[in-house]
Amino acid sequence: MKNLLTTEDLGRETLERLLDLSDEFVEVLDREIPKVPPLRGLTVATLFFEPSTRTRISFERAAKALSADVMSFSPGTSSLKKGESLKDTALTLRAMGADIMVVRHRAVGAPWRVAEWVDVPVVNGGDGAHQHPTQALLDALTIRRHFGKLDGLEIGIVGDIRHSRVARSDVYAFSTLGAKVTLIAPRTLLPRDLDGWPCTATGDLDDVIERLDVIYLLRVQTERGGATAFPSWPEYVSRFGLSRERFARLADGAVVMHPGPMNRGVEIAPEVADSDRALVLDQVRLGVAARMAVLFTLATGRGLTREVTA
Amino acid sequence: MTILIRGGHVMTPDGWEVLDVVVDGDVVAAVGQNLEAPQAEVVDAAGCWVGPGFVDLHVHLREPGHEWKEDIASGTAAAAAGGYTLVVAMPNTDPPIDSGHLARFVAERARLVGRCDVQPAGCITLGRAGEFLAHLDELWDAGVRIFTDDGDGVADAGLLRHAMEYLAERGGVVAQHPEDPGLARGGHMHEGSVSARLGMAGLPALAEELMVARDLALVRETGVRYHVQHVSTKGTVELVAQAKADGLAVTAEVTPHHLTFDHTRVETMDPDYKMYPPLRTAEDVAALREAVRDGTIDAIATDHAPHAAHEREVPFEEAPRGVIGLETAFAAALAALGADRDLLFQRMSVAPARISGADRHGRPVEPGGPANLVVVDPAARWTPQTFVSRAENSPWRGVELTGRAVATIQEGRLTHRDVVVG
Repeated sequence: MKNLLTTEDLGRETLERLLDLSDEFVEVLDREIPKVPPLRGLTVATLFFEPSTRTRISFERAAKALSADVMSFSPGTSSLKKGESLKDTALTLRAMGADIMVVRHRAVGAPWRVAEWVDVPVVNGGDGAHQHPTQALLDALTIRRHFGKLDGLEIGIVGDIRHSRVARSDVYAFSTLGAKVTLIAPRTLLPRDLDGWPCTATGDLDDVIERLDVIYLLRVQTERGGATAFPSWPEYVSRFGLSRERFARLADGAVVMHPGPMNRGVEIAPEVADSDRALVLDQVRLGVAARMAVLFTLATGRGLTREVTA
Repeated sequence: MTILIRGGHVMTPDGWEVLDVVVDGDVVAAVGQNLEAPQAEVVDAAGCWVGPGFVDLHVHLREPGHEWKEDIASGTAAAAAGGYTLVVAMPNTDPPIDSGHLARFVAERARLVGRCDVQPAGCITLGRAGEFLAHLDELWDAGVRIFTDDGDGVADAGLLRHAMEYLAERGGVVAQHPEDPGLARGGHMHEGSVSARLGMAGLPALAEELMVARDLALVRETGVRYHVQHVSTKGTVELVAQAKADGLAVTAEVTPHHLTFDHTRVETMDPDYKMYPPLRTAEDVAALREAVRDGTIDAIATDHAPHAAHEREVPFEEAPRGVIGLETAFAAALAALGADRDLLFQRMSVAPARISGADRHGRPVEPGGPANLVVVDPAARWTPQTFVSRAENSPWRGVELTGRAVATIQEGRLTHRDVVVG
């Protein structure tokens, strides 16, 4: 694996190897001193052109737990405001010694372009509404650690699928690992063309809720125009919100997931968010391990690691 | 200056014949066999086609205002290199060409530094803002025959109707960049399976078709000459075909890139595939080719849209729209349509000259006729790496092509001479 840009082309074997490695790093993070040395001397640069806190911190935590140094670039304090191009920013960070780059950008494809311009591994930290592969990895990790597998599970992804890079990444990762994925949203929040997608879609949450093992909720992305897709928030909540009543209809053992940030009272009722069947904080915790697995794998793939002691 | 074009297949009023052509001054002096012209510059045209210079109804020369992308000198040099003797310059400059003195500036500048004839197009609305009519009379008096807000469609039907009524009296052409702003809002590529997977907001085919359908209803009422710019969908082709069958004065153009590529190219994330209208489906490409063959589409027009390299060093969604096309148009058309020289000269010279009202262009080669000529070699193989244009945002950069202009003659002046051949 040269870069990690998308889950679309990840085979089952690659995904499982990353998940196995993530499991080992979970164990590392549970140690008294949660740190291992394989990326010592390497520098991981996070280039976040879009405001983000949790993903950037998660990557930086992962890099530090592997003993890498971290360089952090974000638009608020950067030369972007002075008109620097994406290419010049990437080349500048590379010249300062970045060995791995994590790129988040509001525009689709930005990490692909960076990967053309620099000679180091690039991780897609989220590009527009396109892909967010490490989120898919941590989601799959969370599900596998809870259920022991993804094979045969029914996973429903509910909400603003059209504008969601999480959904686009999860659909491929979950189905490659053997789960059956259903997208649940009004037609105005579904992609206009699902030709070739390894999933089905419905506009009726109540019709499918009882058979789901995992209900994965997404925020409506008002900043990408999601809020013009339905008449009002109360109407949206009544059709697609995971209320207490709907939560009660979930099958025994079914769990609730959300990539954050959550809008309590919209897609998820506060009591549901706080219930012990909501794995939201597990997702956050396991995200660090999953990102360690990705950084470690990319560094190893380019012969950058010092010693293999996961 | 005297030029002798020796031994090419010449497009005469009576069809194609292998002949010599002598150009003297701004006219064709003689057409015949074994012609002699002492002191003449000789162009060896064996195996080449000799016909009227190409005419491009849709070129962005970027001057005034965007000279870092292209200017009249560099853009017309690119045109000459592609075999063009006349281009229609789009008015979306800064300032936009919405009044007489601005159109005169473009025409005058082209006379001073240009390597082909330039007919300025004028705006339909003042400042391309879509609120008031541009200075249509002034523009007409300055030689403008094609009116367009290209880059945007005129969304306001009431305003467009006024423009149509006004220009119908003059005989001007209303040329529309058809794109309904509501349906197109936020879009970066064709709305379809690829945009859905890439998570990019789409430009639906309907955004184009809806505006064309509306406009045709207005054309029916006003009787204006109407030209559809850069047709990109099968549905638009059907609308234009019906309008023509109904006897409306409607013409249409298509770009070389829409005849060549489909939306799956965007998967590369390369901004050299970003253009408005966007690349559509393979089915649309096939329908466009057929429409060029059957005459539903009259003209091939490049929509030559130069941008500086650094402006493309950004993600696809943030890249400016459009690609250059003047230097590769003939090769691309040849690849898309086959080596049908009648068809190619009809669509690249005769019909666009007629639409623009330029009577010294697009005419068969005959003694006494205007010396606006091109010599093209339909078998020349080449790979564009650099361009005469100031820009190099071309989807054909690095792609092996067949067919290129060997020589271009504008009003008797050799404006392009291939350095490899001849």
